[in-house]
Amino acid sequence: MIDSIKLVLDEVGQIFHFIGRFFKQIRKAPFEAREFLHQCYIIGYKSFPLVAITGFIMGMVLAIQTRPTLSSFGAESWLPGMVALSLIREISPVITALVCAGKVSSGIGAELGSMKVTNQIDAMEVSAINPFNYLVVTRILASTIMIPILVVLADGVSVFGGFVGVNIHSDVNLYGYFSKVLESLSFEDIVPAIIKTFFFGFVIGSVGCFQGYNASRGTESVGKAANSAVVVASLSIFIIDLLAVQIADLIFTK
Amino acid sequence: MNISKNIESKTIIPPLIQKSEKADGLENSINNESAENVVEIRNLFVSFGKKNKVLKGLNLHLEKGESLVVLGKSGSGKSVAIKSLVGLVRPDKGVLDVFGKDVCKLDLDGLNKIRLRIGFLFQNGALYDSMTVRENLAFTFLRHTKRNYSKEIDEKILATLESVGLEKAIDKFPSELSGGMKKRAGLARILILKPELMLYDEPTTGLDPITSREISELIKSIQAKYNTSSIIITHDLACAKSTANRVVILKDGIIGAEGTYEELEQCEDEWVRSFFE
Repeated sequence: MIDSIKLVLDEVGQIFHFIGRFFKQIRKAPFEAREFLHQCYIIGYKSFPLVAITGFIMGMVLAIQTRPTLSSFGAESWLPGMVALSLIREISPVITALVCAGKVSSGIGAELGSMKVTNQIDAMEVSAINPFNYLVVTRILASTIMIPILVVLADGVSVFGGFVGVNIHSDVNLYGYFSKVLESLSFEDIVPAIIKTFFFGFVIGSVGCFQGYNASRGTESVGKAANSAVVVASLSIFIIDLLAVQIADLIFTK
Repeated sequence: MNISKNIESKTIIPPLIQKSEKADGLENSINNESAENVVEIRNLFVSFGKKNKVLKGLNLHLEKGESLVVLGKSGSGKSVAIKSLVGLVRPDKGVLDVFGKDVCKLDLDGLNKIRLRIGFLFQNGALYDSMTVRENLAFTFLRHTKRNYSKEIDEKILATLESVGLEKAIDKFPSELSGGMKKRAGLARILILKPELMLYDEPTTGLDPITSREISELIKSIQAKYNTSSIIITHDLACAKSTANRVVILKDGIIGAEGTYEELEQCEDEWVRSFFE
């Protein structure tokens, strides 16, 4: 038991040390702009279809599932507002982050883990190229910037999914639906939800990089790195979400 | 030929090992004898954890233009020794003079300057999977020359690939290459930076005898063409025979025997003979 606690604390310490190294390294030249843009393309553009499909289905399902309850109160007209609020404040950021934890974080973990196992990271080091700067800094930065963008796009797609869901049993036009959505949304709904996604992005990138970069020798460790990246990133997303909700509640609740 | 004390035979203690016993206290001095040495390892200790002691006071030198082959059983510390030279493994104790500078005492910038003069060929070539062969060569070269990709650089890449016989694979990804081609591409990536010291970590492992012979010939031709000094870690006796000026055999983290290939091959010591049979 004590040994397990020691191991967990040791890992947490190593993660914080790794993050500290990232902040130290980020200020040092050269900034690998090309690799950063390449990672933005992979993390952002390549993940969009998955995020969009998930968001659309979530919006649609939420609208379909919520309708009977609201109908029983005669509050069907609240449906667009309620669906949009749930999606933008909570469901879309968390689901998008979890999807990206599965796709991006595990991808980074496996990629860097495989590079470690096949000596590619060592080869960079002996060629006097800073592998941390090239591989880690670019991926964490790209993830921190692209996840919020993906969440904003997922918000739009999922709200549209809600429109489709609402129209299965009733006839609401697009303009009317979005008027109701915008009426129900305020600054306090959007800004905290967006801010927390930067932390989600940072965690997704840094956990993936940490697991991959510190993979031990042997092919087994590549799978382990990818698996640990998903588990740790997903858990961290829920913890950050809990903290973000509490903080937003303290600041914005009158 | 020198065979270490710890081998049961009527043998001579090698001068290097005698020197190691005196090495404490003299760690920072480079004597006149070592002035021609590209590499001088003195009293090197490396361990992984408390129990796993890999190198236990290794002494080794490499003269300019020399080709040194290091033999030894798996786990005897051969790879660890050359990884220490480029700062991939931090030693517990000892002096690692490369081009007259102790790499243990250098900061990262200083170490990188030394690394640029060294070419390290990993066992699997260690090509970057996401890049083509051309990009692999350009990646390292452009960073250190701080130039943009141009026709001139493209020609240089092609010429380097031609020197290892791989010009036709210039636009292939590492996954499309055979084991031997990967090693050639790895060599080309190193050679484009014109290193003065080459470190080969089992360059012929996993290759068929014909390709192994080709790689061994390539090592020899690189030595002649680029005037490099080399340390070759290998289990392949044919490779050792064709490339070595001098051979050392590691035993339990120190040198067990040392001499030319022919001397060691004819040695009557049972332990030495076990490597050649």
